[in-house]
Amino acid sequence: MALFRISGGTVYDPRNNIDGEIRDLWMDNGRIVERPTDPNCRADKTLDATGTVVMPGGIDMHCHIAGPKVNAARKMMPDEKRTAQPITRTRLTRSGSGGSVPSTFATGYLYAGLGYTTAFDAAIPPLAARHVHEELEDTPIIDKGFYVLMGNNHYVMKQLQANQTEHLTTYVSWLLNATKGFAAKLVNPGGVEVWKSGGKNATGIDDSVDHFDVSPRQIIAGVAQAVMDLALPHPVHIHCNNLGLPGNWMTTLETMKALEGRSGHLTHIQFHSYGGDPDQQHTFCSKVPELVEYFNTHENLTVDVGQVMFDKTTSMTADGPLGYFLHKVTGRKWFSADTEMESGCGIVPITYKDSSMVHALQWAIGLEWYLLAKDPWRIAMSTDHPNGGSFLAYPEIIALLMDRTRRKEVLNRVPASVKQRCTLEQLDREYTLNEIAIITRAAPARILGLEHKGHLGIGADADVTIYNPHSDRQKMFELPRYVICRGEVIVDDGDIIKDVTGKLLHVAPAYDKTIVPDIQSWFEKYYTIQFRNYPVDLNPLHEYQEIPTK
Amino acid sequence: MNIAEQDVNPKSNQLTVIKDATCTFCGCVCDDMELTVENNRITKAKNACVLGKAWFFHHGIQDRPNATIEGKPVSYEEAFDAAVEILLNATYPITYGLSDSTSEAQRVAVAITDWIGGTIDTTTSVCHGPSGIAFQSVGEVTCSLGEIKNRADFIIFWGGNPAESHPRHFTKYSLMPKGEFIPNGRKDRTVVLIDVRKTKSVKAADIFLQIKPRSDFELAWALRGLAKGIDIDSSIEQKIGISLATLRDMMDRMKEAKFGVILFGMGLTMTRGKHLNSEAVLALARDMNQYTRWCAKPMRGHGNVTGADNVVSWTTGFPFGVNLNRGYPRFNPGEFTTSDVLARGEADAALIIASDPMSNFSQPAREHLKTIKSIVLDPKLTDTAKHATVAFTTSTYGINTGGTVYRMDDVPIPLRPAFESPYKGDYEILKAIENRIRGKQLASMMD
Repeated sequence: MALFRISGGTVYDPRNNIDGEIRDLWMDNGRIVERPTDPNCRADKTLDATGTVVMPGGIDMHCHIAGPKVNAARKMMPDEKRTAQPITRTRLTRSGSGGSVPSTFATGYLYAGLGYTTAFDAAIPPLAARHVHEELEDTPIIDKGFYVLMGNNHYVMKQLQANQTEHLTTYVSWLLNATKGFAAKLVNPGGVEVWKSGGKNATGIDDSVDHFDVSPRQIIAGVAQAVMDLALPHPVHIHCNNLGLPGNWMTTLETMKALEGRSGHLTHIQFHSYGGDPDQQHTFCSKVPELVEYFNTHENLTVDVGQVMFDKTTSMTADGPLGYFLHKVTGRKWFSADTEMESGCGIVPITYKDSSMVHALQWAIGLEWYLLAKDPWRIAMSTDHPNGGSFLAYPEIIALLMDRTRRKEVLNRVPASVKQRCTLEQLDREYTLNEIAIITRAAPARILGLEHKGHLGIGADADVTIYNPHSDRQKMFELPRYVICRGEVIVDDGDIIKDVTGKLLHVAPAYDKTIVPDIQSWFEKYYTIQFRNYPVDLNPLHEYQEIPTK
Repeated sequence: MNIAEQDVNPKSNQLTVIKDATCTFCGCVCDDMELTVENNRITKAKNACVLGKAWFFHHGIQDRPNATIEGKPVSYEEAFDAAVEILLNATYPITYGLSDSTSEAQRVAVAITDWIGGTIDTTTSVCHGPSGIAFQSVGEVTCSLGEIKNRADFIIFWGGNPAESHPRHFTKYSLMPKGEFIPNGRKDRTVVLIDVRKTKSVKAADIFLQIKPRSDFELAWALRGLAKGIDIDSSIEQKIGISLATLRDMMDRMKEAKFGVILFGMGLTMTRGKHLNSEAVLALARDMNQYTRWCAKPMRGHGNVTGADNVVSWTTGFPFGVNLNRGYPRFNPGEFTTSDVLARGEADAALIIASDPMSNFSQPAREHLKTIKSIVLDPKLTDTAKHATVAFTTSTYGINTGGTVYRMDDVPIPLRPAFESPYKGDYEILKAIENRIRGKQLASMMD
């Protein structure tokens, strides 16, 4: 590989305490390297970045970009593609369709074009892992991985019921190895099984799950402990019970407490921070201050926001009963798919309108989280793409965070009662570029346990995004001047100039092989495929990287 | 390529047994085959049904050329060059078939079509295409086959004859198996068959509703009304040939079920009403979730037609009938579906993979296909292959080549090939064609 130097840019690299310093970056073999000590040593290629803003490549730690759920949404939504900007084939790149659920090639190009170089799909039923790998291989440029759904898994619940913690820990590890996944994910723990078995839902974390006599609380604590025992790079990733329901903040607080000090990541926290009575819409209000108070004082917790933006989008979730709820609320078309032994799924198109008090309050609640959370290292930017909005809305969110006038303009045009139902109007905080670099790069890398990403220190992946400064931060972040992946310029002023595949990031924790026969005998009783046809081998995967345990 | 670990050296001529092999004949994609291979032939196929046995036993190695141009044997190289020439010189090329190939090969077929700005379509457009269209308008409430095995206490087969089309569906997934919450198997399930004629599947059902032809939509709509407590006009009895009392009883039972499922076939999708029939049945299953849990699922035919839907969807955003001529995907069934494009005499070249439109398309479509240049990949000398400009004899997926297939419920399953074929597989051939096309395109752009 050639020695590549980016010279003269203003560098924001929070992990290495570099806050807007003019510096050179040196890269070789896809990694950031030391500046050569030999003064006569010249770079094979130099990119003059004078006057630009230089950051590590962006990391989306929670999105839905691949797998059966995303693909069902693609099939279900031809209508929105009629008006969406299509992705046209070029000399080097494939064509694709846009809208809230872009096709795979389009997804890779759009992320790269935005300066994002890594993304994780957040909800994969293990039975569909093979499908996800195929789609991720067709998702170019970015590095990627996925989280494995475990919160309604029958084996998990059976072990918890029988208090077999060793079996549970082994199974979590075995499942991550079998799927080549990255982290353990809980979605509405226990509640999806309640939906699958009778059409209802868990109402709180101490409900008992039909047939299994375990509670969501036990699932949360049990899997969190298993993940810690395995020393996985990313803690348990939790989509709490009661998503979207007024009054759900108590469930969220109880979930935080149920971790009992164990590490845990609570995802799209915006959707879980609502006060009020579910049956009386006029009581709907924000409970972010109450939740943030607990969050700020509990270092074991991290969150991503799941910001809602005003646009047409598609709600998609492994939370089957939530899909049904949204279908009933919106009256729109609905996809639901239950996966044997593992999970559920719900998809409903949704339009967030600034004329709706509820939607505007959801928007405000997301911003409250960003602005009230004290430690930016424990909060990551997300729209829960495409649930709250497309990842393409990140530049607009950045602009809202950096400019309180812009927020107030929106607050002044949405239904007036929003101001009384949340604290957003009183929040004057404005993010700095350094803080933006934290919540879009450094923090997600740290939360994910990715030592080689989210920073520009020696040995880091040479994923770099270079922006032309602009007083309109949305414009600045929408169109990076250059995007560099693994030390090569991939995007030049919005054009993809080299098409690469990117690599799969997965974990492979060791486990106790003596417990596998127990897993196998359970598996063979209930599944409809052969045990040996379930695991995905490494050899067929495209380029991959194992992320070691801590 | 996604190839599961192999049990044996496929080059060996000794008797070998391949366990956990997958049958790709129908959409059931049973992956519990135990294949005995002797001298490059499968001599036993344990667990296979009658269709599966026919599939495995009749795919030996035939003595045919690797490739032909206008019927004359040629080398692979000559055939690749001729194929590339045809595809690059066409103004309206269509790619068709794909449902009996691996998803890895399907992905390359879409890539070729994208690079040349062609039209990509699969056999879905002539089987469950209407269900795909219904899916776009109402969605679908569905489940994996294991959910049926483990939970379904009420099963309706509608417009299909699984006893003959999907013989192991009853025993492996739907009627017979004991499941997690269905401890007594068949005894715990009520089974209804809805069809216009008495088929071999009737024996398996508890209730047979023989409806008049072309009345599926009316039946589904009446059931939707009954579910909501709406009075249905008695003229419906005349229309569908079933009494209202029977329908009311049926609806009562459907509401009492813990977990119901409707499995529908082409008797629904390819008769009068087409996508409206699918839509009515999908809406019925959806509505029933107000009372208890219900799902619906199309009974897909070909081994990897579900994979074809998935691959075309994730690469283009649409499931079938996709035109890429403007440089980006456009979807319009009727306009970009192959039988229609051919019948109107529009396409000027065809790339046909593992499918035989010459034996099942309309007369005008077949006549036009005969007049244009075509490249055909097939293990057998089909009618379509006989008329091909360039024909490749291919190895058979699941028997000679590995890869991935998607069961009718979207579950991806790996293939464990039984023995090696002297012929290349679809993936290798298509990849060679894609590489040559890309080489030429990039070279011409450099000029």
